[in-house]
Order: sequence, then C-alpha cells, then structure tokens
Amino acid sequence: MIKDITIGQFFPGKSIIHRLDPRIKLLLTVIYIVMLFTASGFTGLLAASLYMLAAFIISGIPIKMMLKSIKPILPIIIFTGILNLFFISSGDPLVEWHFIKITDDGVRTMIFMAARIILLICGTSLLTYTTSPITLTDAIERILSPLKVIKFPAHEIAMMMTIALRFIPTLIEETDKIMSAQKARGADMESGNLIHRAKALIPILIPLFVSAFRRAEELALAMECRCYHGGEGRTRLKQLKTAPRDYVAVVITLIFLAAVIVLNMFSPI
Amino acid sequence: MEKFIEIKDVEFSYMNEYDDPPTKNTVLRGVSLDIGRGEFVAVLGHNGSGKSTLAKLLNAINLPEKGEVLIDGMLTSDEEHLYDIRKRVGMVFQNPDNQIVATVVEEDVAFALENIGVEPAEIRRRVDEALKTVGMYEYREHAPHKLSGGQKQRIAIAGVLAMQPECIVMDEPTAMLDPIGRCEIMKTIKQLNAAGVTIILITHYMDEAAQAGRVVVMDSGRVIADDVPKKVFSQMEMLKSVGLDVPDVTELTHALIAEGCSLPDDIISEDECFERLYNLLKKGG
Repeated sequence: MIKDITIGQFFPGKSIIHRLDPRIKLLLTVIYIVMLFTASGFTGLLAASLYMLAAFIISGIPIKMMLKSIKPILPIIIFTGILNLFFISSGDPLVEWHFIKITDDGVRTMIFMAARIILLICGTSLLTYTTSPITLTDAIERILSPLKVIKFPAHEIAMMMTIALRFIPTLIEETDKIMSAQKARGADMESGNLIHRAKALIPILIPLFVSAFRRAEELALAMECRCYHGGEGRTRLKQLKTAPRDYVAVVITLIFLAAVIVLNMFSPI
Repeated sequence: MEKFIEIKDVEFSYMNEYDDPPTKNTVLRGVSLDIGRGEFVAVLGHNGSGKSTLAKLLNAINLPEKGEVLIDGMLTSDEEHLYDIRKRVGMVFQNPDNQIVATVVEEDVAFALENIGVEPAEIRRRVDEALKTVGMYEYREHAPHKLSGGQKQRIAIAGVLAMQPECIVMDEPTAMLDPIGRCEIMKTIKQLNAAGVTIILITHYMDEAAQAGRVVVMDSGRVIADDVPKKVFSQMEMLKSVGLDVPDVTELTHALIAEGCSLPDDIISEDECFERLYNLLKKGG
C-alpha cells in the first residue's frame, strides 16, 4: 500500500500536452505566469482563464484533480481576500461600521486576486500533472546547462534530484519497517501530546538516518563502478527533440499574451 | 588459458583513524591469483576473510598497498587506465536497492553508457540487448522500486552488462534474495559465463560455489585453497576449520563413507548424489 504512492502528482496520459517537449512546457508555464501578472483587468484575466481551460480540456486531466490542487492553497486565497477587502479604502463605500469600511474597489480587488492565484496554481499544476518528475528534472538540467560556463552545477543538481526521487519510495518503505520494528519493541507513537509524539519519532529517525547514509555510501560506490565521473562528456539515452507541435504551442501562447496586453489597454480594471 | 586478471602478492589494510593512536587493520596478507578469460570462479570465505576487499581491488576502487593487480595487462594503480579497467570489470553488489540510480529501469541500465559517452542510438541498442539477456526487457519502462529483489538484481546486472565488460565481479549478489530470486540470478550468471564473460562470484552459499568452474577459499587475508569444486569440497575438515560448510550432499556422503558405505568423497551436486545412492541401494537390495 505504502509502496504505491505517487511521487509528485504526475497523471500519466497520451494527450498532446503530455507529449510536448518538457523544456517547452516549462517555457510555456513561464509565459503563462507573465500573462497572469500583466493582466490588469477582468477581460485580460478572462482571456488567460480561457487559455487555461482549453489546455486543461486538451490534457484530459479530470476537473476533480484541478480542484484538488486548489484545496491546499484555499487558506492563502481567503487570507489575501480578507486583507484586500478590509484594507483598500479607495472607491465607493459599500459598508461602513465603526472602523470597518468595505468599498467596491476592495471587493473587485479581492475577486481579482483570488482568480489570479487560482489560475496561477492551475497552470503550475497542469505542468506537474502532465510531466513526470524525471522528465522535469531532465528539462531543468538542459535549460540550466548553459549556466555551466559560470560554474553553475546544473548536472549535479539534476543528479541529486533524480537520486532523491529514486530513493523516496525506498526510504518510505524503510520507515514503515523501522516503525513496525520499534512498535514490536513497545514504542508508543500514537498517544500523548504533541511534544511526546515528536519525541517518539526519534527512535525512528535515527535508524533511518544511519541507513540512509549507508545506502548513500553503497550507491556512490556502485556509481563509481559504472564509470560515473560527473557531467563532463556525458551522453543521454533519451534526447529531447522539439517537434512542430511545440512551436505551435509557443505561438498560441504568445498570441494569448498579446491578447491580454491589448485587452489591458481597453479595460484598465 | 589466457590470463585476464593477475594479482601479485597483494597486501591491503584499512586504517582505523578514529582509534587513538590510529590502528591498522590488515585485510589481505599476500594474495596471488591468476584468473583466465572466460573462467567462472567462486570465492568463499567467512566474514572478514578479505573476499570483498579483494573484489574491490579488481576495478581500482581499492588500490593494493603492496604488490600489484593487472587487468588485461593494465595496472590498476595507473590513473590513465581507470575507466578502461572499470569498463572491462563490472561490479554487482549485495543490495540491489543501493545500486539502482534512476527511476526507470531502462534509464538505469543506460547509466554506465551515458557516463562513458556512448552515442544515444548505440545506448538504445545496448540497453535493449542487456535487458533481453537478463530477461527483463518487458519491464524496461517500470519503476525499479516496484520489482522483486531478484528482478532488481537482474536490472543491476543488466546495468553492468550494458558496458559490455569482459568480467563481472559479483559480491554476494544473492545474499538478500529469496530462493526464487537466487535461482534467477544463478541462471543469469551461468548464461553469461556460457557467452564468454569471466565471472567472479563471491558467495557464502556452498551450493552456488559448487556450480563454478573453480573455487578459491580465503581465510584471514590469504588464499588457502584454489581448485575445482570437487577437490575443494572433498577437504571437509579443512573447510570446517575455517568456519565454512560444504554442500549438504557432500556432508551426507562423507557421513555415509564414515559408516562404511562405498561412495566417492567428491560428490557436490544433488543429481550425482542421487544417482550414486540409487545405484548403491539397488546393488545392496
């Protein structure tokens, strides 16, 4: 059961969005974020949300998943909403009671900000839903590799991310085993207050750390045996190639960005 | 037979730097061994006999303190040949979990080839070939953590095999596997050896060693026996004195001989034992 957890939130599929070059997808996400932040009015935001909706429908990701990704940031949306509602004093007052003053500007900004945050999360979630963590790591390595000139360790960072992803399930399984072993020795992890329970984690964390270091040592040895010597002169099994569909996607996204900029001029807010 | 590995009077020790004053723990005390191309050698010895240290000398992970190790005529202490040596001598370790680097089977098999800068098309070809050899081709797109121990170990072997090494050193590759996994690995090993790969199998399972072409027994940093399995296992007293066992069938026949049965003292396989006993009982009955 614990072995079946999915890392990240990749949702396998064969849609055109899934098949886009991951580097292009990263680029599209960046353009999309720029689009969201240049939109200064509701019409601009509407254009951006149409773009998002279309992308979501094409990707075939169930709408349920999208809602699930918004759920954890709900408190942030509410918090910023309340701040905007009470601290914007420009515009016509709607409610005035003692020191509380709610204006129509405040309400408008609240809705605008909430919509922007939701769209932002939807966009980045779509990236992680349609791209497996390993492909994403690969894309990041390749995008950052020009920075090697200024000694930026692009390959090393990507390698660390890959190994971390590889060992998450292994270490979870191990934690499970250690917990069972400690329970069998009478460890009590479920009762007591928070401090008590945090202390009860120590007998799990120590063996876990010791074992993780041992694994690291063995892995390093195995990597050395397989001629690993850093990123220099390394080739890859899977080459990333851009296809015509990648360019089409970039063009469409840029059209939307232009549309948002034009719409801004016509509707300031 | 053409010599592939030459180990000449090698000594090796680890330093315990945390002791005060630092103490020296000598692990190998003058080991000499020649291994020919295409041989299947099993190395036996109980814990601390120096067999794992010996294995690490073969691909320049450890360098000998005294003496020298030559792989295909190249000195392991020669930095220039480091990757040539590691390409020729692959290594498989005990715990399959700790030698798999990537999150997809085929990416892991490709790891060594990526490191030595092979062209992508050639990587693809060799990865497929290696996966087919170990019988894991259908699993090429799986995540390693969802496979069984035996399957993971076969992936690890494929990862080494993709380098097209001439020799594979296996350090107790079956120690963490269940009987089915052990069986799978032994089958793979024999198949590789039949295809001409030199195999050095470090093990503490006597029945595995019995399947090798040659058995080397180590004790406290020295080679104390080096012969075909039949000859080595017939020296039951010597093996027991260094804390090793003999295959169950050998022990059985030795006990029967002591009781006066006329059996040869070098039986190491179950089939042979069965046949001899069958004949003996038929004659007697």
